[in-house]
Amino acid sequence: MSLAQVADYVPTELAVGRGGGGPAPTRIVVAYGFWIFLLSDIIMFSGMFAAYAVLSGNTAGGPSGRELFDLRNVFIETACLLFSSYTCGLGALSAERQRPDSFYLFAALTFVLGGAFLGIEISEFAGMVGRGAGPSRSAFLSAFFTLVGTHGAHVTTGLLWLAYMVAQVLVKGLRPHVLRRLLCFSLFWHALDIVWIGVMTLVYLMGAR
Amino acid sequence: MHGHDPLHLLHAHDRNPGVRHAEPLADFWTYTAGLGFAIALTIASFVVSQTNLLWPPGIPVGLLVLAIAQMGVHLVFFLHMGTGPDNTNNVLALAFGVLIVFLVITGSCWIIANLSANMMPEMHPMPMQR
Repeated sequence: MSLAQVADYVPTELAVGRGGGGPAPTRIVVAYGFWIFLLSDIIMFSGMFAAYAVLSGNTAGGPSGRELFDLRNVFIETACLLFSSYTCGLGALSAERQRPDSFYLFAALTFVLGGAFLGIEISEFAGMVGRGAGPSRSAFLSAFFTLVGTHGAHVTTGLLWLAYMVAQVLVKGLRPHVLRRLLCFSLFWHALDIVWIGVMTLVYLMGAR
Repeated sequence: MHGHDPLHLLHAHDRNPGVRHAEPLADFWTYTAGLGFAIALTIASFVVSQTNLLWPPGIPVGLLVLAIAQMGVHLVFFLHMGTGPDNTNNVLALAFGVLIVFLVITGSCWIIANLSANMMPEMHPMPMQR
């Protein structure tokens, strides 16, 4: 019995994605490729987390996390990102079900919540720089601004991408290739929330103690 | 699905490759349950860090466990990581990513902790102003 014949005995329904049953649907392949990108992004963040963990004690006589961090702000930021992840998921669901109106509503909510997160973060950064605790003050603050700032830059990119996706849905409608791009966007947005859990725990909750 | 017309299985995929209509991965309740778990774990993290509910030297470990649990909730409920055949490749890639992240973070902390433990006494603490 040849290998090809053996492969024919695999029930087709069970074999998709395991090399049998023909090529996987485009949607699965696109999501896999984007997931690889997201993992590489998370590995880049892990380098910054490692740098922060190593340098967080080196305050060079400057302010430490305990003096700088306001946990009430951090809680509001976390809530904004978490709820924006939720509305992003519901928006992706409405798009899959071909309901543009509820997609626009959830996209707008996601944008507002993400923008609120970014606004709080920018005012926190501005306040720290204004108190003389900018990135050049100590190794701890360099690592802090690099890690948290890179996450903030990702959120900014995500907001631009979301606005662009809404424009695409307005112009092209919820066609299959627009839906695949939306799928990538929602993966990106959820992955940012995962990175934020690390930031919240390692930087703020452990740093403010 | 087995036992009757063997052509049934062929017809199920009798379309152009790659355009099979995918059934939705999640519904409203998946996201809502994920949100509920994530809120509970976030509040638990803040409570643990701000009170002495846990034995104080164990608080960092407790926070780490809560963070990993919440990352798991996000992966399952929001990113739809699962055990389905379509997901095998995603889960393998995730396992590799987790391995690299673990190596980078623990490796860096381990090496640097060794370096500072071996620092000459008069060089310690190391000035790192600029």
